[in-house]
Amino acid sequence: MRIPILKLKDYLLVSIQVELDDQTVLTFQEDLLNKIKDSGAKGVVIDLTSVDMIDSFIAKVLGDVIVMTSLMGTKAVLTGIQPAVAITLIELGITLENVHTALDLEQGITILSQLLEG
Amino acid sequence: MTEPIVININNEFDIVLARQKGREVSKELLFGGVDQARITTAISELARNIYLYAGSGQITISILEDNGRRGIQISASDNGPGISDIRMVLQDGFSTSGGLGAGLPGVKRLMDTFDIDSVPGAGTTITISKWAR
Repeated sequence: MRIPILKLKDYLLVSIQVELDDQTVLTFQEDLLNKIKDSGAKGVVIDLTSVDMIDSFIAKVLGDVIVMTSLMGTKAVLTGIQPAVAITLIELGITLENVHTALDLEQGITILSQLLEG
Repeated sequence: MTEPIVININNEFDIVLARQKGREVSKELLFGGVDQARITTAISELARNIYLYAGSGQITISILEDNGRRGIQISASDNGPGISDIRMVLQDGFSTSGGLGAGLPGVKRLMDTFDIDSVPGAGTTITISKWAR
């Protein structure tokens, strides 16, 4: 299974709407970095509105992919983390520090443009 | 009393299957959305621990009943290497896998009860439960 990555102007948009197994999330990591290189995108929004569970493995891969995009010189924002997901992540002991987040896709795009201008 | 559901964990797709079953049962028991997320996440962590440390094992999901109260019990068992120092793995921040698979303290915080039974060289059984409010 592959997670679609859409390009809109200078941005890549990803909306995760599938049940994430380990392989899918690792393939996504690689696909996203390749797409950044091929497209020359300046920013990435990963929207998690439809994700109802994030375990430590998925959290680690998502956190890693954000650091990797930053290594490549691109900014990334996570959006739409659901209340239940935020609660379970903190109870599990996962804080996802140094990761930009926003309430929804729209605010994510706003934050990206601020990050890229500033 | 409904029969317990047993999911054999042999590969990473079985982890997804186990948490989907956990989600179904917790919906059936009318757990709220946050508790459903806690239960599925806890199952995912335990199933991943089996896959990472023992290679294979079982997740068993059963329904608890006590004086009209209902709850969910999940038992994760394997015949893997076992845990030699249980006190240590229950400390926050302890990991032997470089951060893959959550620590057991996290799983403990997500649930109401947490029991661990491990014999080095023979295997581990972790049993967790949560009562519907």
